Amino acid sequence: MKEIILIKNGELTLKGLNRNSFEDILIKNMKKRLNDLGKFEFTKSQSTIMVDPVDEDIDLDDAADRLSKVFGIAALSRACVCEKDFDSIKETAIQYLEEQLEDAKTFKVEAKRSDKKFPMKSPEICREAGGYILSKFHHLKVDVHNPDMIVTIEVRDKYAFVRGNNIKGAGGMPTGTSGRAGILISGGIDSPVAAYMMAKRGIELCAIHFASPPYTSELAEMKVMELLKRVAKYAGTITTYVVPFTKIQEAIRDICPEEYFTIIMRRIMMMIAEKMAVKQNCSALITGESVGQVASQTMYALACTDCAVNMPVFRPCIGMDKEEIISISRKIDTFETSIQPYEDCCTVFTPKHPKTRPHLDDVLAAENKIDNLDELMADAINHAKKVIIR
Amino acid sequence: MTAYLDNSATTKPCEECINAVTNMLENNWGNPSSLHNLGIDAMKEVILARDEIAQSLGANREEIIFTSGGTEANNLALFGAVKARKRLGSRIVTTAIEHESVLQSAQELEKQGFEVVYLQPDRDGNISKKQLFDAVNKDTILVSMMYINNEVGTIMPVEAIKRAVKKAESPALIHIDCVQAYGKIQIHAKKLGADLITVSAHKIHGPKGVGALYVNKDANLTNQNFARTFGGEQEKKIRPGTESAPLIAGFGAAVQALTPTAEQKRYVRELNSYAREQLSKIDGIQFNNGEDASPYIINIYIPTFMRSQTILQELSSNYGIYVSNGSACAKGKKSHVLTAMGLDNETLDKSIRISFCRYNTKEEIDLLANALRELIEKHPLEKI
Repeated sequence: MKEIILIKNGELTLKGLNRNSFEDILIKNMKKRLNDLGKFEFTKSQSTIMVDPVDEDIDLDDAADRLSKVFGIAALSRACVCEKDFDSIKETAIQYLEEQLEDAKTFKVEAKRSDKKFPMKSPEICREAGGYILSKFHHLKVDVHNPDMIVTIEVRDKYAFVRGNNIKGAGGMPTGTSGRAGILISGGIDSPVAAYMMAKRGIELCAIHFASPPYTSELAEMKVMELLKRVAKYAGTITTYVVPFTKIQEAIRDICPEEYFTIIMRRIMMMIAEKMAVKQNCSALITGESVGQVASQTMYALACTDCAVNMPVFRPCIGMDKEEIISISRKIDTFETSIQPYEDCCTVFTPKHPKTRPHLDDVLAAENKIDNLDELMADAINHAKKVIIR
Repeated sequence: MTAYLDNSATTKPCEECINAVTNMLENNWGNPSSLHNLGIDAMKEVILARDEIAQSLGANREEIIFTSGGTEANNLALFGAVKARKRLGSRIVTTAIEHESVLQSAQELEKQGFEVVYLQPDRDGNISKKQLFDAVNKDTILVSMMYINNEVGTIMPVEAIKRAVKKAESPALIHIDCVQAYGKIQIHAKKLGADLITVSAHKIHGPKGVGALYVNKDANLTNQNFARTFGGEQEKKIRPGTESAPLIAGFGAAVQALTPTAEQKRYVRELNSYAREQLSKIDGIQFNNGEDASPYIINIYIPTFMRSQTILQELSSNYGIYVSNGSACAKGKKSHVLTAMGLDNETLDKSIRISFCRYNTKEEIDLLANALRELIEKHPLEKI
């Protein structure tokens, strides 16, 4: 039985003249994702893309699983290719879909034919196929409104397809259709979720992580690499920079007033991130900030952090409750890794009484006390370590 | 020349395993839970091994719990699953030919008040899908079944468990003992619908003393369900205690060194056909398992007055051939598997198990066939 995967495009249908180039980018992304599984052929056909495994023994389960994480796809389904005569079609239906038909209680048949010369019209295909299925599966009943299972038969030019229920796709827009952005990634729950959410809109990611040895350990860095690997399953390749932050953190601790530690640290992180993002052709930054979660994320604090940079800063978690963020974190398999308790920069020098309503003038005055800040930042950027995460 | 044909009992550790274990003992002996670099270096190896095992089962690394072997993993699985679901029912469905670690655990659960259904095998050691579907009901909270039986190699209908549970609208967790199947059949946890899977290192050319339990993250099982050993934070508190890093590294290396199952099966099938051909030529030999069983195991009756323990001692001392009778864990007791299959006492007493691995050769089979021929001649059924 020759099996293929059919891809139903997502929002691309809205894109009009851009549709072709978006589809091409989607195909390029799918090719990259399936690269090490074997050779596939990709064909565009109306609003569907057909993914045809060329090599023998390709693990189609793995392929379908990977494709279900590629952005820009609304739904995908595995289909069986068969000869264009009705006998082949109905036999294929009951054999290929046996397990799904056994499990379902109700079903219906839908048919499409692009070959208008085919002797049966679509309603007739549905009726005959439906009848045949009922004769082989006695427990099934037909339900045309809300069936457990929909058997779809498509008659095309050279052959026919039979497929069962769709698998939901990852949605969103193909990676690379919306430009690049730099994500400030800590080992927490929120930043991987923020990365995923913006990648979903077609943004290619570049990641910036701050490490402060010996205050933070290698374990914290390993944790971040693992988180990015999980996000990369959805977002594609992520060029990552690990920026050495120790000297800057010590300078803040030595020179600045305690209640401004965290805000100044975050401002400097944003400034460094912006500089690195520019070098990587990014047009925006992304953070996992959400209002009200912690002292440094009150509106006033966010305002102080925000004006440290000129680039737009996307904060997709800004209006989300912790529960909602955790729910996404579990879905993308980052939650368990995120909750491992390794100290990261953000928790290293925590003030006893952080300023929750800082005034920008005061923050700037405190920050300016570090008179060699530009030098420290340049130094950190020059010593950043680059890692490519796939 | 010797022939090791007892691979279901244990396997020879492969070179990659030995190197990994030795390296950890000599060069990387920090405590994996230590937060300094020596500890982190050891932890990295544990993580690598965990990823190997996770990948081989189609799972995530956080779904793998390292244990001291298959027995501990089976115990954790049975008692943990039951504790998690005890409010939803009281029936456990398993088979009469499971490994002792499952059977003894099931018997203990019976004492605790749970109803245990032991599916009985037919004469060939097979359990049917119908038996499974008939036994699983709304009251069932655990189905525990091995994938390949260790004594007769029969392949059990584990792939049907998911559907049986769904059809019966049962709250059951699904546990599959894959100790004999691991490395021989492709095992994909999510496709099987398994919530718990047991694997062991020393059956796949890894070291003794380490195994793993796969715990499906969607089954919502926590250390509270598994609470049997109390201690540190390791292995999600499900199985605390300093990680056995050298053994775990050896386990990971053995998994990495596994040959692709399809290719290996082709080779072992050839060995099996050859063995059956040669052994069939010996008068009086009877096969206790059919050709639809796993090609890795052949169970035969020897027409001699000697009982199985003596047969295998004779083969070992005078011929350098290593086989077994029943399960090694039983240490000489009558095989509960052959008994459940309804074999007569004569067969029970004089059957041996031959089990292959990827390193066995046709020459070793010739050695066995000749040895058996001689043994039967020297020690026939009716000794004068």
